[in-house]
Amino acid sequence: MRRAHAFLIAWAAVVTLPLLWAVVSSLKTDREILTSPWSLPATPRFDNWSRAWNQADIGRYFGNSAVVVGCALLLTMLLGATTAYALARYPFRGNRILYFGFVAGMLFPVFLALVPLFFVVKQLGLLGTYPGLILVYTAYALPFTIFFLHAFFRTLPTALAEAAFLDGCSHWGVFFRVMLPLARPGLVTVAIFNFLGLWNQYLLPLVLNPDPDRYVLAQGLAALSVSQGYRSDWSGLFAGLTIAMLPVLAAYVIFQRQIRSGLTAGAVR
Amino acid sequence: MANDRHGRYRFLAGAILPALALYAVFVLSPYAQAFYLSLTDWTGVSGQVQFVGLDNFTRLVRDPLFLAALRNNGLMLVVVPVVTIALGLLLAALVTFGGRRGSAIRGASSYQTAYFFPQLLSLPIIALLWQFVYHPNDGLLNGFLRAVGLDALARTWLGDPHLALWAVMAVLVWSSVGFYMVLFAASMSAIPTEIIEAAVLDGAGKLATLWRIVLPLLRDSVQVAFVYLGVLALDAFAVVQVMTAGPGGPDNATEVIGLGLYRNAFTYSRFGYAAAMGVALFFLTLTLAVLALRAGRRERVELA
Repeated sequence: MRRAHAFLIAWAAVVTLPLLWAVVSSLKTDREILTSPWSLPATPRFDNWSRAWNQADIGRYFGNSAVVVGCALLLTMLLGATTAYALARYPFRGNRILYFGFVAGMLFPVFLALVPLFFVVKQLGLLGTYPGLILVYTAYALPFTIFFLHAFFRTLPTALAEAAFLDGCSHWGVFFRVMLPLARPGLVTVAIFNFLGLWNQYLLPLVLNPDPDRYVLAQGLAALSVSQGYRSDWSGLFAGLTIAMLPVLAAYVIFQRQIRSGLTAGAVR
Repeated sequence: MANDRHGRYRFLAGAILPALALYAVFVLSPYAQAFYLSLTDWTGVSGQVQFVGLDNFTRLVRDPLFLAALRNNGLMLVVVPVVTIALGLLLAALVTFGGRRGSAIRGASSYQTAYFFPQLLSLPIIALLWQFVYHPNDGLLNGFLRAVGLDALARTWLGDPHLALWAVMAVLVWSSVGFYMVLFAASMSAIPTEIIEAAVLDGAGKLATLWRIVLPLLRDSVQVAFVYLGVLALDAFAVVQVMTAGPGGPDNATEVIGLGLYRNAFTYSRFGYAAAMGVALFFLTLTLAVLALRAGRRERVELA
């Protein structure tokens, strides 16, 4: 028992210490970081944060991420849910082929598509635009979303839908008023999964989003580390890092049960 | 339902076609084009595409940088899943059975909460954090070693060609262990405690119980973990690109396939050659998935 706790606490320290160190360092002056990396700041320097947010454009990158991920998430859930529902509940010729066609997208590494994708987006005039990123994010989030929700819609009872049809409800009416509310738990799980996946995207924006004004958060911070590294504005970088981590931490503290069960359920399916 | 055929088909079209169009344009067509492009010498100038057969692939196997990448990804493919899964299993077992007489340990959910968090951060952010941790002068790791009197162990972790790749792998393990630990703990808590108690009563040691009794019951989760971690190890692009100098590290010690692909395509405009790297990576991923699923199918233990 003792040994078990000792080992568990040791790993907890390995996980949390680097994170805590970054947060504490974000409140220090550059001098303090360099001369006494272990101590707490003499006075907490919140101006590091405002400098990172305003001058180093972290605020702008944050906004870009919010817009792109918000729109892509909505679009993914809408298109994914309608497609998964239609494929799960309506037998028709070609249904299986369509389903496997969508799900096959999960098997391919994004790197395989990267070069042609760049030119597809370029030819559509969508390079470095919000709509370009949103559409691409959505397209790559669809396979998993359809896979997960297809399984979920299959498990829902048919009686309610049939009753609604008898009452004269249209196909769309049944979908929006009966099936979607029933599928809520599945929708929440897959939405959490997609939110984290999209928020953490790096490769796609790196290639498709070259305009620094439209950088998303991870992309902007990585670029900042290269440019700030030379000026060695350590406190500013730590502040940027902390700002990028805090919302995720906050969301995790509030939704931790759903996030953990949602993510692990997503992996096993 | 059946009496309204037109409404039904209109509904199906409206429900499926938008997603299908998006998927065809941005996913299916690039994947298909990648295979064709890999057989050309395209450099991005429209109208100037030469079909060169398998030339790109024969160049690939003689490209020292690609071979270095292949070696590095290969090593990561072995080390990252094995270490992550071993640590994950051990931590999950301690949390699930580490308490009195094989019950859950006190504070089990707090441990899980802490361990899981890195999974939520994006890899470039994690890489940035660890770049600071590894910093030779002011980093957390060397600072810690010096503080406890182990000055001799302090290193330029990312600057030493013998250490850089291991430092990168440690970051991948650090960020993944929590997730798999939670995954394994969920499966373990479904195992009836009588089974564990019986094994311990029969005199089985703790590690033997974990290896012989618990692990076979977790086969499915472990198999999934191998595939996901393998895919992570074959990628490793974000971590290497943000964290190591070059990027690609000292003496290309941390060169990975994705990095070479990115550089060839978007720095040198060798799009055909880069596409060939993508195809190679695809076949590696496919082989990995098939092998992992095969290995898992052999024997399956079910709890009645």
